[in-house]
Amino acid sequence: MQAIASDLFRALSDPTRRAIFEWIARDGEQTVHSLTARAGVSQPAVSKHLSILKLARLVRDRKEGRETHYSAQPKALVPLVDWMSHYGVFWRDRFENLEDLLKKMDK
Amino acid sequence: MNTPNTSTKSLVIEKDMPHPPEKIWRALTEAPLIGQWLMENDFQPVVGHKFTLRTKPVPNWNGLVECQVLSVEPCQRLSYTWGALSLDSVVTWTLTPGNGGTHVRMEQSGFQSEEGPNYKGASYGWQRFIGGLERVAGEAR
Repeated sequence: MQAIASDLFRALSDPTRRAIFEWIARDGEQTVHSLTARAGVSQPAVSKHLSILKLARLVRDRKEGRETHYSAQPKALVPLVDWMSHYGVFWRDRFENLEDLLKKMDK
Repeated sequence: MNTPNTSTKSLVIEKDMPHPPEKIWRALTEAPLIGQWLMENDFQPVVGHKFTLRTKPVPNWNGLVECQVLSVEPCQRLSYTWGALSLDSVVTWTLTPGNGGTHVRMEQSGFQSEEGPNYKGASYGWQRFIGGLERVAGEAR
């Protein structure tokens, strides 16, 4: 689970790549052309971002004529959400320990 | 607000504590005190210092967290990397005095690249992304 989350973090560590994934997830299937128009970077750059998202299984591609269409695979995010839930519980426990310690430090 | 932030799955926990920032800072930065609420450690409040947090090993985890101090602003802000199970993240503590106590904020981010000095305040930040992520992941289940 952790190793998969690590791949996801790497894939999503770039703000442009994260934005591209958000657009596809929110607005549905997109072509490289439509994404390039929004991203403000070159088409080769967008294609490279898409290949990294694809490696992390965050997007899937489909050829139609000359165009490749990309759709989001939101299930790929589940390990990341699980990772965050895990640490959420961990830190809430530690916050309680911290408050207990702070009370003891008064005495 | 006196309860941890549980409204989203973002890794931000905030709490008002009825203690002065100086005292909370000690608990966050003195190794024997850290050992009492977090884990045994060899922490030093020195930028660049590498330290290890140790707890009992469990199946699939040796119980070690490898860390390095990134920033130290006494009684205000502390951040360090948090490496466990080949997954690196950054933990940042922020202390803000108020209401006769201190507002304590802990953020753990997996996007280490945004926490460094080159962080440009990208419009698609972690917090905003997580909001969308939870929605998308919810749809996926």
